Amino acid sequence: MPAMTMTEKILARASGREQVRPGDLVLAKIDFAMGHDLTIPPSGKIMREQMGAEKVWDPKRVAVVQDHFQPAKDAASATLGRLTREFARDMGIKWYFEVGQGGICHTVLPEKGLVLPGELVVGADSHSCTYGALNNFATGIGSTDLACVLALGELWFRVPETLKFVYHNRLSEWVESKDLILHVIGRIGVDGARSKAMEHTGEALTHIDMEGRLTMTNMAIEAGAKNGIMGYDEVTAEYLQGRAQRPYEPVASDPDAGYEKVFEIDAEQVPITLARPMSPDNTAPLEEVAGTRLDQVFIGSCTNSRITDLRRAATVLEGRHVAPWVRLIITPSSHEVATMAEREGLIGTFLRAGAAWTTETCGACLGGHQGVLGEGEVCLSTTNRNFPGRMGDPKALVYLSNPVVAAASAVAGEIVHPKEVLKERVPA
Amino acid sequence: MTVASVLRGRAWKFGDNVDTDQIIPAKYAIYSLDEKKLGEHALEGVPDNQGWAQRVSQGDIVVGGSNFGCGSSREIAPIAIRGAGISCVIAGSYARIFFRNAINLGYPILQSPQASEAIEQGDELEVDLEEGVVRNLTRGDEYQAEPFPQFMADLMKTGGLVPWVRKRLAERAATAGGHG
Repeated sequence: MPAMTMTEKILARASGREQVRPGDLVLAKIDFAMGHDLTIPPSGKIMREQMGAEKVWDPKRVAVVQDHFQPAKDAASATLGRLTREFARDMGIKWYFEVGQGGICHTVLPEKGLVLPGELVVGADSHSCTYGALNNFATGIGSTDLACVLALGELWFRVPETLKFVYHNRLSEWVESKDLILHVIGRIGVDGARSKAMEHTGEALTHIDMEGRLTMTNMAIEAGAKNGIMGYDEVTAEYLQGRAQRPYEPVASDPDAGYEKVFEIDAEQVPITLARPMSPDNTAPLEEVAGTRLDQVFIGSCTNSRITDLRRAATVLEGRHVAPWVRLIITPSSHEVATMAEREGLIGTFLRAGAAWTTETCGACLGGHQGVLGEGEVCLSTTNRNFPGRMGDPKALVYLSNPVVAAASAVAGEIVHPKEVLKERVPA
Repeated sequence: MTVASVLRGRAWKFGDNVDTDQIIPAKYAIYSLDEKKLGEHALEGVPDNQGWAQRVSQGDIVVGGSNFGCGSSREIAPIAIRGAGISCVIAGSYARIFFRNAINLGYPILQSPQASEAIEQGDELEVDLEEGVVRNLTRGDEYQAEPFPQFMADLMKTGGLVPWVRKRLAERAATAGGHG
């Protein structure tokens, strides 16, 4: 067998070939597909009215999630929600997630065991690359693409070149996987991996749990990548235990697989890293942006609002209070996350700290609702991108960070190192 | 929908990394099924570019820098640009989902770092899609666009992914019928 990367192996298997090479165009069978309330209405219409398909190729392999503008932020969004719901019902979609029963697609699909090792997964959302932490090839597609997948169960792909990232040693105290991926994006730029695969490997990863890994693959698109992918190990196996909805077959890159470029990164040297306005690659170590005054702090999104993120935020907020004139908005990324947060008492911690706790939704991340920014406002956000206008007005300023820095900064009212906040004694 | 093979229009110049939130802010996703409405707000997220679509004449051409259309997967990005009356986009390079979406829609895009660099705001352009050539009538220059792989070029020429899927569905039905 010729040597291939894991990305190449998945595309070869899915397209029925023994080997594929970067640059090859393949027609590949899809293992799982996803659409949401902004992409199902156009996809469904294109599939039925333009392509003339009456049914979905395999309703058991499709998820439809009400997350972006749901619960409906206005009447027009309610119409999109209705069209999404009707499509899922008409097509007999097995994995339909209604408001209150799902959450953000990129949290829901992994937690429900719907995206598995070795698979080829597509989603009509750019952050579909998230799933790659589970050792699959996952990528974001448009609405016509999704219509094609829904009708045929297959789609064309250009096999990407792979960039390999080797993370040596382990992350220092306070430094999270979010800082690591922001550091990488800062280094290679928002088009540094354009149309390529980012394969993350190395010792540092073995110390990062699955939720932290999902944060990293989530942001592959922020470097322009087609997909982000990781190997299968004990962490993957443990996460999938009791979740996986189908049997699966992990893939590994061959030792002599061809990479376009290999980046060696000493994880221990990576500092707490934030992205400054107005681009995810405009990164800086915490010290350079400390002291920036904030109007809003947002802990949410498919990047950093899973249960472990909320637990870490709660360690800072327990017994403390958000600064005057700052609003802290916490949006859990799924109903399961919200349920766990309730059971563990995290919601009480947040409410006592003066945080606004919202229902699970993409919400403020894409300037939808529940925390849209106005002109000149400054926000620190645990989300994935901060291009002009992403969270509201094009002249709002958005910084990106990990959730602990976000929680601490909400308390301080300005960007701060969490240890500065934690050293203040909690009032009795 | 197939496109005329020679297009002519004025250039509207934009920088590098124009992302999909600038091309069509997410709040207009509520108009996902209304191309004209989307067109009215095209590129309005670019700082200080409010009301841009109202200044566009039918057939004008958008010229972007590198990584044009990065960010979200929203297909309404190329649709909004088309809806504003823009006949094609020329850029130094494209982010992959925008690139895929344009090709799948059969909407003409050209990749030419040279053209992206040399063309100035307001230049009168003529684009020969068949030849992949951009003629700058204002400056008397000519730029060759990078050729796309055959499958993609064919998709763009034959109206995108919709006719391709229709054909494929028909083939499947014929095969099923033949064996049944």
